[in-house]
Amino acid sequence: MNGHTHHTDDRRELQMARSMCCHCQSEMAGEYFCDRCVKVQPVSKDLDYFSCFGLPRRLAIDTQVLEAKFYELSRAFHPDFYQNKSDAEQSISLGNSAMLNTAYRTLRDPIQRAEYLLDLEAGAVKDIRTSPPADLFEEILELQETLDEFRESDRSSQHAATLRAKLHTDRTNLEERQRDMEARLQQLFGRWDALQDRGEATEQARAERTLILKDMRDILSNRTYVKNIVNDLVATIA
Amino acid sequence: MTRIVGIDLGTTNSLVAYMDKGTPCVISSRHERAMVPSVVALTDNGLIVGDPAKEHLTRNPERTVYSVKRFMGKSLADVQSELAYFPYTLTEKGGVIRIQLGEKSYSPPQISAMILKELKLRAEAFLGESITKAVITVPAYFNDSQRQATKDAGMIAGLEVLRIINEPTAASLAYGLQEKTQGTIVVYDLGGGTFDISILKLKNGIFEVLATNGDTHLGGDDFDQLITDLLLKDIRAQHGLDLSTHPDHMQAVRLQAEGAKIRLSETLKTTVSLDLPDGQGRFTRELTRDQLEALCSPLVERSLGPCRLALKDSGLNPTDIDEVVLVGGATRMPLVRQRVQALFGKEPHCDLNPDEVVALGAAVQADILSGGTTDMLLLDVTPLSLGIETMGGVMSSLIRRNTTIPASAKEMFTTYVDGQTGVDIHILQGERELAKDNRSLARFRLKVPPLPAGVPRIEVTFLIDANGILNVMAKDMRTGETQSIEVKPSYGLSDQEVERMIEDSFKFAADDVSARKVIEARLDAGALITTTEKSLADGGHLVPAEEVAKIRTALSALASAKEGTDPRAIRGRMADLEHAAKGLTVAMLDDSLKQGLQGKKISDVT
Repeated sequence: MNGHTHHTDDRRELQMARSMCCHCQSEMAGEYFCDRCVKVQPVSKDLDYFSCFGLPRRLAIDTQVLEAKFYELSRAFHPDFYQNKSDAEQSISLGNSAMLNTAYRTLRDPIQRAEYLLDLEAGAVKDIRTSPPADLFEEILELQETLDEFRESDRSSQHAATLRAKLHTDRTNLEERQRDMEARLQQLFGRWDALQDRGEATEQARAERTLILKDMRDILSNRTYVKNIVNDLVATIA
Repeated sequence: MTRIVGIDLGTTNSLVAYMDKGTPCVISSRHERAMVPSVVALTDNGLIVGDPAKEHLTRNPERTVYSVKRFMGKSLADVQSELAYFPYTLTEKGGVIRIQLGEKSYSPPQISAMILKELKLRAEAFLGESITKAVITVPAYFNDSQRQATKDAGMIAGLEVLRIINEPTAASLAYGLQEKTQGTIVVYDLGGGTFDISILKLKNGIFEVLATNGDTHLGGDDFDQLITDLLLKDIRAQHGLDLSTHPDHMQAVRLQAEGAKIRLSETLKTTVSLDLPDGQGRFTRELTRDQLEALCSPLVERSLGPCRLALKDSGLNPTDIDEVVLVGGATRMPLVRQRVQALFGKEPHCDLNPDEVVALGAAVQADILSGGTTDMLLLDVTPLSLGIETMGGVMSSLIRRNTTIPASAKEMFTTYVDGQTGVDIHILQGERELAKDNRSLARFRLKVPPLPAGVPRIEVTFLIDANGILNVMAKDMRTGETQSIEVKPSYGLSDQEVERMIEDSFKFAADDVSARKVIEARLDAGALITTTEKSLADGGHLVPAEEVAKIRTALSALASAKEGTDPRAIRGRMADLEHAAKGLTVAMLDDSLKQGLQGKKISDVT
């Protein structure tokens, strides 16, 4: 995530504070360019990636629309088109392009998109899972032992072959588990979008929102944990 | 807006191109082809570049530098394994390779600058204006040090390098402009010394690179080396001679190897033949395409690994690729074409000249930067992951490979000890886990105000610009003050060193200019001798015998002046010859007019 996760719950206020052209100091209404002097403006640090592309905070995104908007903004910001401009404009173009590229990369991938939305809605959480999720605890401890045993074994022995076969089975099981988690995530994504679409401000809606975000965070961190285990496993038996 | 040219600074050959009313064109000089061999030789008349320097490869191997691109941004340790193959002497100073030429030594950027200067002069002569700005291409897989070294070379040559652009993506610009292609294309670029693979998505004028990979030490040179080794072994077996101790004969063998490789792309067998030293006879052997392919097959296979990695990184299968474009002279080899076709399941395109397409693309990018072309935009990626060394010597990745550039990452730093005034940061590039296995780019010391441990908060921004070059900025989050950071490159020239080399290049410019004048005068003299001899043969009977004798005298005077080093003497004898041959020229003109009129009635003519 490269630390591009600064945000504030009251970003509207911050955006207002910036509503002055940084070149001609006029009050401007334009989104990325000053209406008066037509010069590029730095994209506010507090503008979230969804707003940057003019998209609502939903987890189902039309990637064609996202791509088209990315290309459009690239044409607006890319340093190639600022070669003859002032140093200040060149520097803004560079910063905006870098931000735009990060935003596109984040929203293009459904998992990164969900992680980013979680950061926005519930704050960045640095706790990276270091122990297996409860429902996989036994299974993963056993797998770690098998992996250690395999690493120390003589690769040409019968014992190593048995261990390898077992690791293959474990891999299949874990991959099945990953697919399962992804399916559950998709469900949660759908529920989130539906809740947002309804836009209710009831106590019940707020409770559901909290629940969806919590479940999403749990599954995402479990998913990352299992993914790392599988990568390690694949690298070991390769 | 002053004109910006596009330059392909190649391992073997270099070219300069410009945009002429929406069409990119390569620039050739009066008597020469567009390609300038990337060779620099130190002669008694000073430093010379290109075709004339290439002649010195066998005559003067210790003082003739070729394939200098292989040393750009490298330390001596990086190239240890191949040192034995180069006849010139390499040393190292402050992490930068130095190439010994006579009494002086030069850094690779300085040698490259001489090639760039030659291209600059050609462009200036052709376009009739001063050229100070350029776009220069580099292999996509070049790391930060190699890119920086290329930029330094441009500055030393008196060029403002407005953009460093990747060779395969440059090729895609030229290709896209001509073919108006949409879809997913692969550019397979096997040049003289480097290999790149890039996968791009072309849509409505946007050229978005999805993934790139490569090998900065795989190219035509390596094929030549294998053939050279084979020939050397044969010579040893047949004649009991070890030519590897004779630099001049080694170069002759290498040139024979290169020639045979090129011929075998057209024919199925060829003969290699060269004189042995000290009149020990002649070595001759036949080489077939099958033999060449058996020899080079492992190298071609090596290029397919990066292709598969790039496919994987872009999340695509070979069936998703719409078109395959071949770039670089080495892709003329039928074996390369077969293997690429087998991997992607598509017949590769080779309708653009693989030697010129990169320079043409650089000219297109130059036109985009100068505001001429506005409908095309290249979105390139960084080829290697960028990170910093963390506790335990592990690399922590900040910007992953294949991230679209410009790209930035922010990292917060603090202190561990009360009153600590600095934090050492080590920047790395590469894909390995441990810092020591990756490329060290630079180290710098972050200044921190003396405060209790953990209180300072310094935000460091790592920004890779559109050239693929790293910029570092730091900001004290408590005071909001920004800090300029002096980054000392691990394997590169410092700003001061580049400054000094620019000054040096002005000092030596006078010598270079005189050497150039001699070369140009010789070329012009050669052309005049050829045409006069032809005129004598065709029309010698039209003028009196004494006039023919006068012409012959003037001819031999010019021929001997041409061997000398005084350009004014050469020009003088040229004028003498032109004067002596005036009668002959007039007589031949009259004659051709008469010939034209023969058989025609007066009424037809008037």
